[in-house]
Formats: sequence, C-alpha cells, structure tokens
Amino acid sequence: MAIILTEAEAKAILQKVLAFSKADECEANILGEQRGNIRYARNEVSTSGGLINQNLAVQSAFGKKVGTATIDEFDDASLEKVVRRSEELAQLAPENPEYMGVLGPQTYGTSKGFFESTANVDPAKRAEAVAVSLAQTREKNLVGAGFLEDSRGYSAMMNSKGLFAYYPSTNVNFSLTVRTPDGKGSGYVIRGFSDFDKLNTQSATQIAVQKCLASVDARALEPGKYTVILEPTAASVLLENIFFNLDARSTDEGRSFLSKPGGKSKLGEKIVDERVTIYSDPANADLPAAPWSGDGRPQEKINWIEKGVVKNLAYSRFWAQKNGVKATPFPNNVIMAGGDSSLEEMIKSTKRGILVTKLWYIRSVDPQTLLLTGLTRDGTFFIEDGVIKFPVKNFRFNESPIIMLNNLEALGKPERTVSTESDRNYLIPPMKIREFTFSSLSDAV
Amino acid sequence: MNRRDFMQWAGLGAGAVMLPTIPVIGRSVSPEALLDNAIDIATKKRLADAALNAATAKGATYADIRIGRYLNQFVITREDKVQNLVNTESYGVGVRVIADGCWGFAAIADAKSEAQTAKAAEEAVAIAKANARLLKEPVQLAPVKGFGEVSWKAPITKNAFEVPVKEKVDLLLSVNDAAMKNGANYVNSVLFMVNEQKYFASTDGSYIDQDIHRIWPTFTVTTIDPKTGKFATRESLSSPMGMGYEYLQANPADSVKGITTRYNMGYDMLEDITSAAQQAKEKLNAKSVEAGKYDLVLDPSHLWLTIHESVGHPLELDRVLGYEANFAGTSFATLDKWQSKNFNYGSPEVNLFADKTQKGSLGAVGWDDEGVNTKRWDLVKDGTLVNYQAIRDQAHIIGEKESHGCCYADNWGSVQFQRMANVSLAPGKAPLSVEDMIKDVKKGIYIIGDGSFSIDQQRYNFQFGGQLFYEIKDGKIAGMLKDVSYQSNTQEFWNSCVKVCDERDYRLGGSFFDGKGQPSQSSAVSHGSSTARFNGVNVINTARKI
Repeated sequence: MAIILTEAEAKAILQKVLAFSKADECEANILGEQRGNIRYARNEVSTSGGLINQNLAVQSAFGKKVGTATIDEFDDASLEKVVRRSEELAQLAPENPEYMGVLGPQTYGTSKGFFESTANVDPAKRAEAVAVSLAQTREKNLVGAGFLEDSRGYSAMMNSKGLFAYYPSTNVNFSLTVRTPDGKGSGYVIRGFSDFDKLNTQSATQIAVQKCLASVDARALEPGKYTVILEPTAASVLLENIFFNLDARSTDEGRSFLSKPGGKSKLGEKIVDERVTIYSDPANADLPAAPWSGDGRPQEKINWIEKGVVKNLAYSRFWAQKNGVKATPFPNNVIMAGGDSSLEEMIKSTKRGILVTKLWYIRSVDPQTLLLTGLTRDGTFFIEDGVIKFPVKNFRFNESPIIMLNNLEALGKPERTVSTESDRNYLIPPMKIREFTFSSLSDAV
Repeated sequence: MNRRDFMQWAGLGAGAVMLPTIPVIGRSVSPEALLDNAIDIATKKRLADAALNAATAKGATYADIRIGRYLNQFVITREDKVQNLVNTESYGVGVRVIADGCWGFAAIADAKSEAQTAKAAEEAVAIAKANARLLKEPVQLAPVKGFGEVSWKAPITKNAFEVPVKEKVDLLLSVNDAAMKNGANYVNSVLFMVNEQKYFASTDGSYIDQDIHRIWPTFTVTTIDPKTGKFATRESLSSPMGMGYEYLQANPADSVKGITTRYNMGYDMLEDITSAAQQAKEKLNAKSVEAGKYDLVLDPSHLWLTIHESVGHPLELDRVLGYEANFAGTSFATLDKWQSKNFNYGSPEVNLFADKTQKGSLGAVGWDDEGVNTKRWDLVKDGTLVNYQAIRDQAHIIGEKESHGCCYADNWGSVQFQRMANVSLAPGKAPLSVEDMIKDVKKGIYIIGDGSFSIDQQRYNFQFGGQLFYEIKDGKIAGMLKDVSYQSNTQEFWNSCVKVCDERDYRLGGSFFDGKGQPSQSSAVSHGSSTARFNGVNVINTARKI
C-alpha cells in the first residue's frame, strides 16, 4: 500500500481500528510521510537520503484511565494488536484526572497545503535544484554548504464519537551558507515553501553569494544599543519565543512572561507597540496549515496579539473547562501582520544602524522577561545616512522580543521564512527596531 | 546541544510549554516488551553475513551493518500527578558500504530475514555507485583489524528496565511531595531511561555485540513570590549517566558536601529536591549581581557545559574542515593552529582529553559504530592544542594511522558520522580542595549547576548562566546572587584558568541531547572535571523589566 493515503483509504483503515475497540472511548491518529534530502559541503554533495515513515497511534480509555500505543504496520492483525495493546496500557495506567474524553464530530475550514509539484519531486529534480546552486559557488570560487529537504505527507484522525479529520501537506526547505575560501566572508539564505515550484535555488544562491562577498573584512563596532533592521529570518527566531509561550495554564500559574502578581495575567493588556498584530490562519494561501489540532479541535483564524494587546491564549481542554472559557488550541501556523515599508526604505530612513540578516544560537536567559541571548551570523552590516557602509563583526545580543516590539520603528511586508532554530515556517515582516542591545563582540565569521 | 528536543518531549525547562507530548522515536510498547531479547546473536550474525556478502557481490570494497534495537522509557510527572508513561522501541538495520570509492547507506525497518538485509546492502551499493559520479577524491579508511566475535556490556548493576514502573512513579511522586512540602509552588520531574542493543559487523571481520544503558533523573522546581509576581526555578543537580538504576541508589560516599550537596556516581533525588525547593525561594530574594570582572569558581555540575561548547565542539575535525558549515558551524581551531604546535588553547594548568572508555560516562562503549576499539587521547596538553576528534575516513587528514573511535549514529536508520567523545578537563596534580580554591579569591562568584548557554558558530564568544550563584568576598562565601551570566572568548577563558582541584573532586556532567548534522542526530556525551578557577571573567546582569 502507498505511504501517502487518500482520504478514503485513511478513513477505511481508521474505521477498521475503531471496530476492534472494546474500550469506553477510542481515538486513532494516523500519518504517513516521505522525505528526501541532499546535503552538501565544501562544494560537494556529502550525503543524500530519504525517509519513509508511517505511524498509527491508538488511544483507549476506560473511564479516566488512558493508554496509548503506536504501530507502523497497517495489516489487520497489526491494527488489532495495537488496539489491544493500548487497552492493556489503559488498564494499567493510574487515573488521569485531567482526561477530558474525546470530542464529537467537528466542522473544519479548508486549507490547501498539498502541492503536486512538491509531491512529485524525485532524486533527479532534487539534484538539479542543488546543481544550479553548486554551479554558482564553484564558478565564483566560493565554498557552498547547503541542505535541501522536501516532504509530502498526510495526517488523519477518527474517534468513537464519530469525529473524522484528514489533511495532506507538502513542504520544501532549502538553506545555504556560502563562504570565501579564506573564511573571511560568509553569507546565508533560507527558503521554505509548500509549493516546490516557488523555490528558485538560483536566485536564493545569488543572495547568499552577495552577502558572503559583502561581508568580507568586517570592522569592529563598539557593542551597545543600536537601531537594527531585522530581516524576517532574524526576526523569526526571536518572535517564536513569544509564540511558544502563549500557554494559558503557565500564565495563570504565575510562571510566564504574561503572568502578573496575585495570579492575574496580562490577557487584555497592551504589551507591545500598537502596530503589532500576531495571528493564526490555517487558510492563508502563503502559509497553509492543517485546519484541526491533534486532538481534533478546529483551528480557526485567531488574533493572539491585536494592535499590541494580548487577545487570546492557548488552552488545553482541561484548563479551559476549569476556567469556563473556550478551549482555543495552540496554533498550527503564526503570521505577523506587516506595514508598508520596504527593506530599502527602512535602510534609507536610517541615520545610524545595523542590518541583521541572521541570528544564531538563541537561548532563553530569563523566562520572566523573555530575555534571550544569541549572536548575529553570516552577514551583518553598518548603515549610515541611509546607505549600507561596511560589514561589521558579529555581536552577541541580550534582548527580549517584548522590549524589542515596544521599540518598533517600522514594519515591512510579511514574507514566508524559516526559523533557523526550530525549522518552523512563518510569515514575518522585516522590521526596524531602536535601542536593540548588543553586549559583546565575536570574532566568528 | 539540542535541549529543545528534550523540553518538547518532557515538558520541562524554563519557558517551555508545560505539556507532555509523546516523542516520535519509535513505537510504544508495554513495559514487559522492553525486556524481551528480540533477536538472538546467531540470527544477528546470519543477517549480518547476508548483508556483507550481498554488498561484496555487488562490488563493494567495504561494508558494515548495524542491527539496532533502541529502547526508551519516560516517566513524566508534575506535583501529585503522572502526566505520561511512555515506552518506545525501534528496531531496524542500517548498511553502509564503499563502492567505486564512495559511501552509500541504506536502512530498513523491522528487518528479520536475510533477504531483507541483503536487499538493504544492494541498495546501499547502488547509492554509492550513483554518488561516485559526483566524487573528486575516493574515501580513505584508516585500517582497523577484525576483532572476531566479541561483546561489551555497560557495567551496570541494576537494569532500569527491570525496575517496575510503579517503583519509578512512587519515587517521582515522593520527590515531588518533598518539593511541595519545602515551599515549591510547582514541580515537574522526569525519569528517562535508554537501552541501546547494537550489533555491528563489517567486512574487516568484526562481529560486535554491545549493550548500552543510560539514565537521567531530573526535575524543575518553581517558586513564586505572590506579592511581586516574580518566579524562580531550580533544576536538578543530577547528571545523565551511562549507568543503570543503581545511579538512584545513593551511597553517602557519592555526595559531595559543601554550600549545597553535589553528586558523583550516585544521586539522592530526594535530598537534592529538598534543597532545590529551599534554594528556589532563596533565589527570589537574592541580591542582583553587579556587572563587572569576577574570579569564577566553577563546579563540575556547571563546567561540563562550558567544556562541551568551547572545547568538545571546536575540536571536532568535520567542523574544522567545513562539513558542518551550513548548520552547527565551523571552528576557530583551524589546522594551521594545530600544525604550529604552539597554539595556546589555555594556561599550562589546562589539560583536556577525549575518552570513550570512562566507566559510568555516556560515551563509554567497547567499540564505536564503525568497529573501532575505543580509547583515551589528549586534545590540549599543558595548555597547547595537540589533537582533534577524528574517525576512520578523516584520520589521514591529520596524519594519524588509526581512527580515534568516536563514530556514532543515533539510530539504525541514521548514517554514522563523527561525534563528540567524552571531553574532560584533567584534575590538577597538586592537592587542592574547593575551600583552598575559594580562600584567596577577593571578588568572585561560585557557580553550581548549568543554565542558559550560547556560543557563536566558530566557538569564540560564549555566554553561560547557571543554577546557583554565590558571591565570594575576601575568601569567604557572602551569600546568594541572581541575574548572573558570564561572557568570554574560548582562548581568553581557558588562559584565565589558574587552578584546578585535584582528582578527589573529579565528577561527570553531561547531556543526552547533543545535536549535530542535517537531518539532525542526537548523541549523549559526558564531560568530567574537578572544580576550577578562572580569573577576571566578565559578568553581566540579566535583570530586565517588561
């Protein structure tokens, strides 16, 4: 049988699974994916490989005793075995007072995340995409190291109360570091798309080449507070620390940046500049995502931060019921609304500042303030009187994305980008920020 | 180090979403299934020979096969609740070959017949031949002798997978209870156990059967000041270890007494969490550090991570050569610095070594994942850079005749490549205790436990936090500090090392999740040291208002 099942095929298997169930409640999640990759370094392909993965997880419940078992074979005997095993585990498990039972049938929106162009990528097409990149770095006597990975897959779920959901999707991520042979210059590019036809490794490579050449002979600037222009990739690795921490329970428990003294929260309060709106929308054509969450809850268009005000937090069904609120799940995609400034205009309007194209090794320093540390990497430039003057040595920063979004100067148009920390795709605008805190210099290129 | 994976799996750590999720690292099975001996050794040899013969018949000049069964068990709790019990198993076979001078690799899940392993071998040869067209220089393998039929078992005394789940749950719930009774507002605790059953065979004539065990008990305690809304956490001072359940059967000899108790080859979780709850409260009211230069006295429970990031990674030969340029980065420790034979990595007090044999360490095995017997070797001797970490296809680049034996794959389905050995700071030769170290510090900070960490892609500039910070004034501990991070440059930092305690204080720290490669693979690695002192290091204050 194929790895990527159609909706009808997935439904048929899930119906068989539920037919084997003897538990009070049963829920089954199934997925299949095929990935292919090419990795290269020193202008040579170093490894290439593929991954085929399929998995069925069955959760059985007797009252509040819950067990989960998974299996990667889908013949009838295996389906029965995994159901029995989940039932045995459930009988052995202690009661989970937070178990909420499975959901009944839901209504989901539509989202087109599956593209034939990506699903049909074969080793030859993958190699061709990499070959045009390698040709450029070889021809220019620069050194390329990159990674291209495409994936196609589906996920589906069904439960004993009649809920059914199915979603197919595709993705391709391409990243490239170009260095000068003497190691004095380094440039980077990363691209993520659902539709392989949108990936142009030729033009992406040009960007990394250009940054590499422009970054040679960087000069040292004193660390301190600078106006910065963050390209979307650099901004995403900071902002995603806000997205990951939108959990209502941690907030209510007093251990989140959104907590306030006395068990109160900042829900409903303005925490950043009023031009900041952060939302999720599974139907967004540029960043399609599954319209349902792993436990079957519908994913709807929702504002998390609207005009600087915290509008919504993510709830588990248990915590939502305890607090008598709607159980909004963690989102499947995140989008930050933009302004009308272009990157060029932002540079032009900057008297003295730094263009940051990539950030690296981001780690939490203080979860109470979301203070993060990390470094600039692969192309950092000094801007004076509206023009890029020269490359600068990399800085370490200590900054909170909340403080940063209070110091907002301008926003550009959102672009699809990939976090170099989490590999997640986002729509994030380039942004200009004043008083961004660089705390020391690095000799790294 | 790929800590995010762990936080995602266990719902632990500062700023992490406190929701446990099942890790997708294998199928989940009943606890009893983890004790089965899935395939006997005679069958493994038959499966291996089928693959090696098939590879050779198709034209491979070298072939190896790894038949792997990877077992994990997690017990995840918060306060008085078990959040998740997870048992996973992953079994399969990976075959690696050289054909037409090029590597090829293919893996197959659930392979239990000779036809299946032979098919994987044939696929690997086909891939090698296809990729050979892109190759400039053929692979050069440092020779290794065939060892025949041999085996190695981690020297554990109590298999953690044989301990009933209930006993583990009871331990964690009693530990959580102690935290709550000592003033914690919240506590998350996790017990994480790993068993790798690996069979390796190669055309060099080795058939190596190994049984590897790892364990990591850990927790995070949170306290909150209701008036200010400030919260503080204190994480466990345990280390992940290459041990069985005996690590949790603490022997008083394994406790290192001092301003707080630290642990050697045995961990008293109940004692540590009791201190942790009290210290988390104390942290809320600790003095905020004044930024400036301090002499740092670093406990092994902290220093391991600095060693990992600033010594372990930059001395990996594949990074030095540029193979990791697009992700983990390259290295400041370039070949010319090593060739000069006079590159001052650190002060003369600094001796750093790599080791794949140390008992109880995460990296200890008899043979690595390409059949090389393991050993210990020097990286930095009396302050001077003397070597790197290299595997069979790299040894010739640094003029060595044999591999260092530090090749590893995190699963049967992942291709093996060069990974960090246990990299450790050798203890000082002169008798020196922690008290001796502190008594002549005028203005300093004593740091215990690991915290926030970040380092640039060539391993120059780093910043580290910790769990506990004590101010040292005129040779005495003057109280607890908070908001402390130190920043330095690798060469400057190791050259500021003035003293290292003797071997009585030598302990291991380590990580289950050192991340490297694209697609990323995780590896577990230990780092040993005695308490060491570094003079005049730049400390910043990390307090902010939002």
